Amino acid sequence: MPRFVFLWTDFVLWLVVLGVIVYATRIRSNRHRLATWRHVARDAPAMAAAVVLGVFIVVALLDSVHFRPRLPAAPGAPADAPVAYATRTVSILDTLLVHAVEAREKTYSVPLAWWSFQREAQVVGGVEVRDFPRLAFGGAHLADPEREWVPDLVRRSATGLAAGCAAGLLIAAGLAALRGRRHGGFAASARAMARGETELPWRPMLATLIVMAMLIGWIAALWPWYHPFGTDRTGNDVLYQALKSIRTAVVIGSLATIATLPLAIALGLLAGYFRGWVDDIIQYFYTVLSSIPPILLVAAFVLLVNVYIDQNVDSFETGVERAEFRLFLLTLILGVTGWATLCRLLRAETMKITELDYVQAAHAFGVSDWRIMQRHVLPNVMHLVLIVAVLDFSALVLYEAVLSYVGVGVDPNSSSFGSMINLARSEMSRDPAVWWNLATAFTFMLALVLSANLVADAVREAFDPRARAFRPRRFRLKEAA
Amino acid sequence: MLAYIARRCVYAVLILVGVNLLTFTLFFAVNSPDNIARLNIGSKRVTQDAIEKWKAEHGYDKPLWFNARAEGARKITQTIFYDRSLRLFTLDFGSSDSGRDIRHEVGTRIQASLALAGPMLLLTVFVSIAFSLLLVFFRASYLDFWGTVLCVVMMSISSLFYIIMAQWLFGKTLKLVPLSGFVPGLDLVKFLALPLVVGIVFQLGSEARLFRAMLLEETNKDYVRTARSKGLSEAAVLFRHVLRNAWLPVLTHLGALLPYAFLGSIVFESFFGIPGLGTYVIEAIGGQDFAIVHTMVFLGSLLYILAYLLTDVAYTFVDPRVRLT
Repeated sequence: MPRFVFLWTDFVLWLVVLGVIVYATRIRSNRHRLATWRHVARDAPAMAAAVVLGVFIVVALLDSVHFRPRLPAAPGAPADAPVAYATRTVSILDTLLVHAVEAREKTYSVPLAWWSFQREAQVVGGVEVRDFPRLAFGGAHLADPEREWVPDLVRRSATGLAAGCAAGLLIAAGLAALRGRRHGGFAASARAMARGETELPWRPMLATLIVMAMLIGWIAALWPWYHPFGTDRTGNDVLYQALKSIRTAVVIGSLATIATLPLAIALGLLAGYFRGWVDDIIQYFYTVLSSIPPILLVAAFVLLVNVYIDQNVDSFETGVERAEFRLFLLTLILGVTGWATLCRLLRAETMKITELDYVQAAHAFGVSDWRIMQRHVLPNVMHLVLIVAVLDFSALVLYEAVLSYVGVGVDPNSSSFGSMINLARSEMSRDPAVWWNLATAFTFMLALVLSANLVADAVREAFDPRARAFRPRRFRLKEAA
Repeated sequence: MLAYIARRCVYAVLILVGVNLLTFTLFFAVNSPDNIARLNIGSKRVTQDAIEKWKAEHGYDKPLWFNARAEGARKITQTIFYDRSLRLFTLDFGSSDSGRDIRHEVGTRIQASLALAGPMLLLTVFVSIAFSLLLVFFRASYLDFWGTVLCVVMMSISSLFYIIMAQWLFGKTLKLVPLSGFVPGLDLVKFLALPLVVGIVFQLGSEARLFRAMLLEETNKDYVRTARSKGLSEAAVLFRHVLRNAWLPVLTHLGALLPYAFLGSIVFESFFGIPGLGTYVIEAIGGQDFAIVHTMVFLGSLLYILAYLLTDVAYTFVDPRVRLT
């Protein structure tokens, strides 16, 4: 058994997953909420985006179980010797991609290349020449790379794409069969899906799924033999870096949002419910907080954390543990500094609700303040919390890049989109430019943020009656025929 | 109106006191001067003597809040709190941890900052409103649909990408403008052109979408129907009626945008090598200079509060129905 490493970020991330599952099961009994979520589910772009987002979240969760592998017993060691564990903390994703971790080149290389990016002096047939040496891993299986490289790439890409497409179609067929059990058999169900006549937008969702499966298939076919997105300055695989960055982005986006909630909900309800001096004090607090430019406030807290970590370096067993602790504190900082907006919204909404008849009636019956807030006010402001939370996710992912640039972001040792972009700044001014680092970070980040934005839009539209009015009529989805 | 402004100013001072207490506690109480000294001296093993010497040199050798050994008013003035916090209210910023006069630095740098942030804010709002007007004029058409899609895509891209790509394309490849830098005088236009354009494009997505929503909300109101039923053309309704009424929410948003202009310009200034307040902050954070960061927090919130006050006063000019009492 490897030794599992407890990390706060992992713990809270899994707690969030658990919370979402509990919420999903409880929602089935609430017809009202179910109808609102159906509205989200009928939004075609949002559901296609949700498929993409789902893939990202799976990668992030795979990267969120950390352990230290057990080292093989030293030869000749007594049977009862204490078990030794590796000094590096790794995640499930690391073990799955162990090939990519170990396939380290010397320095930069172009995506899918078999030659190094930098000339090197080498001896060929007794004569010293300066040329691009071959990579240690990328395209190492080719006997004559000049001739075999292109056909090899084409062959492997085609296999990968075809396999991915087949896998995607298989999943689609499986879903059609599952759905067919209630909707008139497999054939009828598949026909309805292909024509886009289903109630839920299955056609765009499955199309997205198949495209994703093809991309994954393409990568799976090429990765063992090449670096599909090139390597960075120290020769690390860029695609691996990007996959690791997904977790950082998801952790920041979700945990920081959740960290704002306790303060925002508690203070917002208190201020709106009790008014008077309670309201004055709470308003004063959030005005003070929000009048400090956010980046400076975050920087101030992060400088403090740096001092703390500097003094307690010895209490972390591995580098990953220290980096994760910093990441966790960063999410807390973002939470503590970012609750003012939601608090203001909740305060105003609570004020409106406490004027309503049913709250007045509860007062008249002698229900306690605490119980009124809990039973009558809180459930009626939760839609605001949800809307702000989903909107904040993508904003925070983008914010992380800026924070890393300023130097108050995640630990320099852990990979994040922000640090990838920062490196890319000097790489783009090289000649010829090293563009693949930036391009990879750009692609992954755009996919993540765009899909999060699309889902957030649908959620806002479903839960905020005001937003619904703006949607042009012609883009409403056809109801099921 | 004067009474209103006076009251707001008193509240502003209260807020600033809060900001001051908060940041002072963060920087100098939680994080004792010993720690700051250790961080600045830098080496692993620091003797207590070295720390004391550094503290004496940089004025951190006094008590934090209250000096029991001094006499009279000096009990208060001979403290770090007085040196670092209360003096800020008289705009006396003291010297940084590396010994430079902060006030002089701020005075010269704020001009460069304003040269970038001012035009950027105004042009962004202008371009975004123009774009959103276009979308609203052709609402529920393909132009509107794809325009909105474009907005969502544009707001999903990090500002750093825009900057890096623009510098690479216009600065390095096409050589239209200098990559970065800052000179006084007319040549400044050449240096500011790229950051301005990038700043506008980067914010266009989210801003135009927001303004579109605001304008569309106005077009659903009764007076718009009345104007149409009078037989006014759609253009006249939009430009003469809707736009004028939408100014109020636009203005509110502008006030909320000001502090982010401060944040945005931090990144833009440092990328384009403009020696403004933003680069100053980044250097201070990099060098862990607490005195500068503390001052900049104070200055930032002061600007923010002023901006909010100006927005509220501007309401009365935009909408005569608004009375500030």
